[in-house]
Amino acid sequence: MDDLLAARGQMALSLAFHIIFAIVGMGMPLLMVLAEWLYRRRGDLHYLELAKRWSKGTAIMFAVGAVSGTVLSFELGLLWPGFMAFAGPVIGMPFSLEGFAFFLEAIFLGIYLYGWERVSPRAHLAAGVMVLLSGSLSAVFVLCANAWMNTPQGFALVDGMPAEVDLWAAMLNPASLPEGLHMLTAAFCAVGFAVAGIHAAALLRGRTPDFHRRALGIAFAVGGVAAFLTPLTGHVAAEQVAHTQPVKLAAMEGQWDDERGAPLRLFGLPDEAREVTEYAIEVPKLLSFIAYADFDAEVKGLRSFPADERPPVAVTHLAFQVMILAGMAMMGVAALGGLALVRRRRLADTPGLLRLIVLASPLGVVAIEAGWTVTEVGRQPWVIYKIMRTAEAVTPMPGLWIPFTTFTALYLFLGAAVVVLLRRQVWVADHPEAEVAHE
Amino acid sequence: MSAALVVAAVILVALVVYTLTAGADFGGGVWDLLARGRTAAAEHRLIDRAIAPIWEANHVWLILVVVLLFVCFPAAYAGISTVLHIPLTVMLVGVVLRGSAFTFAAYDPMPGGGARRFRRLFAISSLLTPVALGVVLGAVSTAVEVDPRTGRVVGDFVSAWLEPYPFAVGLFVLALFAYLAAVYLIHEADDEALRVIFRRRAQVSGVLTGGAALLAFLVAREGAPRIHEGLVSAAWSTPLHLVTGAAALVALWALHRRRDHLARAAAMLQAALIVVGWGLAQYPYLAVPGYTIEGAAAPEGVLWPVLIALAAGSVLLLPALVYLVRVFKARPVRGDG
Repeated sequence: MDDLLAARGQMALSLAFHIIFAIVGMGMPLLMVLAEWLYRRRGDLHYLELAKRWSKGTAIMFAVGAVSGTVLSFELGLLWPGFMAFAGPVIGMPFSLEGFAFFLEAIFLGIYLYGWERVSPRAHLAAGVMVLLSGSLSAVFVLCANAWMNTPQGFALVDGMPAEVDLWAAMLNPASLPEGLHMLTAAFCAVGFAVAGIHAAALLRGRTPDFHRRALGIAFAVGGVAAFLTPLTGHVAAEQVAHTQPVKLAAMEGQWDDERGAPLRLFGLPDEAREVTEYAIEVPKLLSFIAYADFDAEVKGLRSFPADERPPVAVTHLAFQVMILAGMAMMGVAALGGLALVRRRRLADTPGLLRLIVLASPLGVVAIEAGWTVTEVGRQPWVIYKIMRTAEAVTPMPGLWIPFTTFTALYLFLGAAVVVLLRRQVWVADHPEAEVAHE
Repeated sequence: MSAALVVAAVILVALVVYTLTAGADFGGGVWDLLARGRTAAAEHRLIDRAIAPIWEANHVWLILVVVLLFVCFPAAYAGISTVLHIPLTVMLVGVVLRGSAFTFAAYDPMPGGGARRFRRLFAISSLLTPVALGVVLGAVSTAVEVDPRTGRVVGDFVSAWLEPYPFAVGLFVLALFAYLAAVYLIHEADDEALRVIFRRRAQVSGVLTGGAALLAFLVAREGAPRIHEGLVSAAWSTPLHLVTGAAALVALWALHRRRDHLARAAAMLQAALIVVGWGLAQYPYLAVPGYTIEGAAAPEGVLWPVLIALAAGSVLLLPALVYLVRVFKARPVRGDG
């Protein structure tokens, strides 16, 4: 395996792994705060039990997120020293602020998880709100840095290095807000659906229904609302890509020729050798409308760009299709859930819907992984769009397949351990007699 | 004072705080490994309780150091992470295993063989990580060479750190972390039997820390001449050594007399002065000999806004941090003095 590919593999793996834990750090605090708030308002002890159960799962996930995030901040230098020597100062502001946001998140999560008996009820709920805010902020800051790689600004190029750096302009680049919004809604959607699926499965098995019904209600409400918001924020992000990275949009759509009134393609397989996209269902003129709010607007095709400045088209297009399909499926399930509520039927009493929720539960995470594949692969061959190629950024260190293999094994092991532990946490929720107190 | 120097000072302060907080969390893992006999279960519980609520917050100081390095000294960060790729990767694996294995063991609702193995993994990675950290710090003091024509680091990815001096520093860091943890755990124990155990361990590890310091100092004469020179002949060196040595002796005496509060204060002062002494001996280098603080710094237009953001962030952060410590560490200490 060549070293550049190994470095890209390790970075992709580290991001794909970390992101699952990062979204849990954003989504779970919302679910826990809602449960605790409902307990305080209604005095229903099931909600208190729920907040405590959820907080145990969150503690496991947050710990893995904290350490895998550390790996990423080191890997920026270990794998991409050329990138960091150039970009480090320019994207310094979001990274510095992210440090503080993460610090606050860690502090208040410690208080939330371990402070049930040590701080007042009001302070406890406030700590949960702080975790929610700082977790989301921390994600938004990291996204500002990623957005800068897509729409770099806030510096002048002098002798190949940045000068006259404007930190705020770099941080608040055109892609920051669209990326941040889209990721926030997607994270709440993914966590809501994943948690709803766990509790729906428990309900189908007939376990402690009072507990799981409340859990399902909160998680599905959050996931369902976010499932409708995410396409909206995604639309904002797509418009942004159309204006600033037309070649990425062309790859996402498998659009080879410049075209007025370009169609939106569903499915389809781009053939990069023959430069065609086959087997696609084309919706006439819709792409032009979505990208530029004009049915006859011209969309640039891949052929307009030099071959060595195009991203891998098939991967980008397929990942984009996976994201869209997963998103639509979740919207559909959310709509059915809304319909059931309108008809005054309890979710817990409609086994068909519960089964659908179980089936849909991994889709949010799938959509997020696919969406990140679109963003990152779609930016290739650049690490900083039109400024620095990924190949120029990589470390001269040889034998990079060794750390790549090491981290792959490490993350497989951690992933398996997390799954086992979360299953146990869910199981003891219904079998409290099996739980062994640690203290 | 230049902006670059201020940032370097902030990095040094963050390293001091990391040593005093996260360092002790690693040290806790070392004692977890050595827990034996009838009190082993009680020791595990004590170490759990001491680490669980705060280790993630303590860990963030390391992230702060890394972020400040790559934002404010990008060339040095790129150079260091290139030549020290291997020990940094080992350290990262240790960081990942320590944090996750600790949490897995603590959050297994049905603890059995699995939890015991995670506990073991947590303890072993607590042993490995400080050594790797010390190797990195030792190598940063000696062998980060830069080709003046290309401005890039030179080296073969191994010879910069596979030397006696970095490993002597690694040993020293491990001993220091274990010593700090033992001194803190005296306070957090609520039973006199455990206090007796950790007082004895603090004394032993305190003496070992002194021995490891002496070893590193002796090896430095050949292995890290610039650091050695700074530690021996700079204007600040004699007073600093005297105060550090005095703090060490006071800590050992206080442990002997069971004056636990005094012992903790003296041990913290001792550890802080050691890190500060290392930083002063590095001056004016960030990484010896390739990168100086002034030479590797990002433009002032970057440094000042980042410093202002740090100051503004601290206004939010410090009260939160104090609150965390008060909630979890303010327990009455009985049997003191």
